[in-house]
Amino acid sequence: MVMLDAKIPEGSIEDKWDNHKFNVKLVNPANKRKFEVIVVGTGLAGASAAASLAELGYNVKVFTFHDSPRRAHSIAAQGGINGAKNYRNDGDSIYRLFYDTVKGGDYRAREANVYRLAQVSVDIIDQCAAQGVPFAREYGGLLANRSFGGAQVSRTFYARGQTGQQLLLGAYQALANAIQSGKVTLYNRSDVLDIVTKDGEAKGIVVRDMLTGQVHAHSAHAVVLATGGYGNVYYLSTNAMASNVTAAWRAHRKGALVANPCYTQIHPTCIPASDEFQSKLTLMSESLRNDGRIWVPRDRDEARSAGEVAEDERYYFLEEKYPSFGNLVPRDVASRNAKTVVDEGRGVGPLKNGVYLDFAAAIARDGEQAVRERYGNLFQMYERITGEDPYHTPMRIYPATHYTMGGLWVDYNLMTSVPGLYALGEANFSDHGANRLGASALMQGLADGYFVLPYTIGDYLAPKLGETPLSTGDPAFTQAVAEVDDRTRQWTSKKGGTHGVEYYHRELGKIVWEYCGMARNENGLEKALSEIPALREEFRKNVKVLGSPDGINTMLEKVNRVDDFMEFAELKVRDALHRNESCGGHFREESQTEEGEALRDDENFAYVGAWEWNGPDEAQTLHKEDLEFEYVKLTQRSYK
Amino acid sequence: MSKNLNLKLKIWRQAGPHAQGSFLEVDAHDIPEDASFLEMLDVVNERLIADDVEPVTFGHDCREGICGTCGVMINGQAHGPEKATTTCQLHMRKFNDGDEIVIEPWQATSFPILKDLMVDRRAFDRIVEAGGYISAPTGTAPDANEIPIPKEVADTSMDAAACIGCGACVAACPNSAGQLFTSAKLHHLNTLPQGQPERWKRTEAMVETMEDFFGSCTNHGECAEACPKEVSLDFIAFMNRDYVKSKVKNRSLVSKR
Repeated sequence: MVMLDAKIPEGSIEDKWDNHKFNVKLVNPANKRKFEVIVVGTGLAGASAAASLAELGYNVKVFTFHDSPRRAHSIAAQGGINGAKNYRNDGDSIYRLFYDTVKGGDYRAREANVYRLAQVSVDIIDQCAAQGVPFAREYGGLLANRSFGGAQVSRTFYARGQTGQQLLLGAYQALANAIQSGKVTLYNRSDVLDIVTKDGEAKGIVVRDMLTGQVHAHSAHAVVLATGGYGNVYYLSTNAMASNVTAAWRAHRKGALVANPCYTQIHPTCIPASDEFQSKLTLMSESLRNDGRIWVPRDRDEARSAGEVAEDERYYFLEEKYPSFGNLVPRDVASRNAKTVVDEGRGVGPLKNGVYLDFAAAIARDGEQAVRERYGNLFQMYERITGEDPYHTPMRIYPATHYTMGGLWVDYNLMTSVPGLYALGEANFSDHGANRLGASALMQGLADGYFVLPYTIGDYLAPKLGETPLSTGDPAFTQAVAEVDDRTRQWTSKKGGTHGVEYYHRELGKIVWEYCGMARNENGLEKALSEIPALREEFRKNVKVLGSPDGINTMLEKVNRVDDFMEFAELKVRDALHRNESCGGHFREESQTEEGEALRDDENFAYVGAWEWNGPDEAQTLHKEDLEFEYVKLTQRSYK
Repeated sequence: MSKNLNLKLKIWRQAGPHAQGSFLEVDAHDIPEDASFLEMLDVVNERLIADDVEPVTFGHDCREGICGTCGVMINGQAHGPEKATTTCQLHMRKFNDGDEIVIEPWQATSFPILKDLMVDRRAFDRIVEAGGYISAPTGTAPDANEIPIPKEVADTSMDAAACIGCGACVAACPNSAGQLFTSAKLHHLNTLPQGQPERWKRTEAMVETMEDFFGSCTNHGECAEACPKEVSLDFIAFMNRDYVKSKVKNRSLVSKR
């Protein structure tokens, strides 16, 4: 029986992190070289953690399934990174960033973690600037900021529309420096397919070399997972094609609890799907909502092009419903309203699956040149994908899965319920509650990697001084290696088969999107709970995987991942079914205000729902970590 | 509704780095013109799987033009015919019904073919490891606004930092030279005040590591033409200047020791 202890330090919220840093055990500099740490994933969280641990003197092995650490999906983040610098003199502070994040997360995050995140946000900006991240500057040479995602202060730092790319290159370069110095060993094209535990503690990982197909083990004193989120359970999402839940799910099967898997952020401004061949969805930066007006035709049977629809025949649904925030309502509200009008049959485009985002007013007001300067690269990207010119025809947008707030349960030290196993960045659940604010994902990934884990990992390692990592010849390792090898080979040894893995992934995505997407209800979720296991059965029996397991085989890589998504999806749906309230990105139709807004139930659901694996044939057990709010007052969010 | 295209594809297939390769000819019918080039390959692969033929292996990940994983030669052009566009962002509406399309991997000795259209670009990582960073151990940074950087400097640094490391520059170059990639990283770091302390050491080490792997630059300019992020040829000139200087600067450092 797992006991959840979040290990939140004593003291006032301002002092908790400082107190904790003083109280954790230290490993002295000369002894750090006696410890080995495995880091899985080289996105913002993984690369920053690996580089920082190596600088401290630890020996680090870092694993990525990409050809180069620089390709992790953090690279695709566009908008920016929050930092409570108050450089704009507009009333920002650590406390305000903390408050906004807890409120924006619809009161489902841990106060102490969020406060620490806001505290270290200022150090992240300093760190990145020192590494040479080319942040946008004012003419005086000082850093520029913008307001982002409806925030009332300008605290977002950015590097054109490529902030994620530049922050990741900063972390990747720090990692390259550490590789050069010999403190980090990089294993690229390495798929981590299992976590090895012994006596309840994490001892290492099992890896498949994607070039040779060889399966082997690596051991260490601690294992850090920085493997991103589970958005691709929907098949179509803004995630990269290879983003997956496998390492986290395999950790779950070895005892790590998964928290709040029903929380998913659906981003309102993405390019709508065009057809069955669609492989992914592309995000258009949220900043577009600063100048674009969102509308659909009032007439459901409207067949004319956008320009021919007169002003009074247009339904500016966000402006009408939310006069004070208008088109700038938070992501979850904007997404749900777009779904409502499309479900009513008012959608636009050939498949009637989008809403207009119209820049005509901004172009008339500020001129085409001004709009081009602000959004030129985004307009160009849109034009490439759709073949339409947004300067003259309104963009078509629709919500898409973007970010996952749930993940592996971690305590204040970022350690999972398995001692010695840590989870960082999007892979953990800790800071965003039920909804993430814009420009906060990059902040959290780097906070965990640069400024939290390097302090907290010592507390676990210090007492282990003198212990050598478990030999990879130990039965715990050899058995895990054999299991992974068998599991991988079974797919190609099967004969016959009906469909490729892509087909089954797409079918799974349809179920999860339909019943556990932007709006959920009991009937639908129950339906998903019967359809997912049936699909999984069929998939395991009939999936067709060609080629050899001994070498590069991209189908084989994917089939293991989809297999894990099939199990994960069921837990996600079960979590959504049990949480009979609406909060943030989780909207239960049974729980809404008279005006159709998300209605929380703080009395019964102000907790973290963390699920424990009980084996493949039994449902998981729910554990609850109650959330206490000492500083932020719980209110109903209103954007009217 | 959009049109569909019928295409004749010639796709390079090669089982491994040392295997003999050959072209697979495929009649790709009914390809939606709204599909991206990689989605077209997805459709072809699903049909191959239905016929029990192993699908074509190609590198790809983000499919929004930023990760730098994808990239193939399309009718002899790196990333295909559209300017400033990665393979994943190229869409089939740029082709005509009945077109023949030849699809090959990057061709450069420093990028060995792993399988079909997938190549090994680790040589780029070696160049960055040689010095493509500013040493700023975590926690040592001063306040970010203590180092003002003129906007023009930050902008030109960002222009260079936009490189996605896809390798199209090498693939397009008749000499398989790595100058555009290397100079972009050097320009990103060498123009910034934070990059000055390691400037000469960095330049010498990166250029010489580059030369271990790649051919020589003879100013063809094909690299900048092919670059999906429009990285400028000017950066190569800056790199050459800094490299010459580095030889003097680094020597004088030795004499002072």
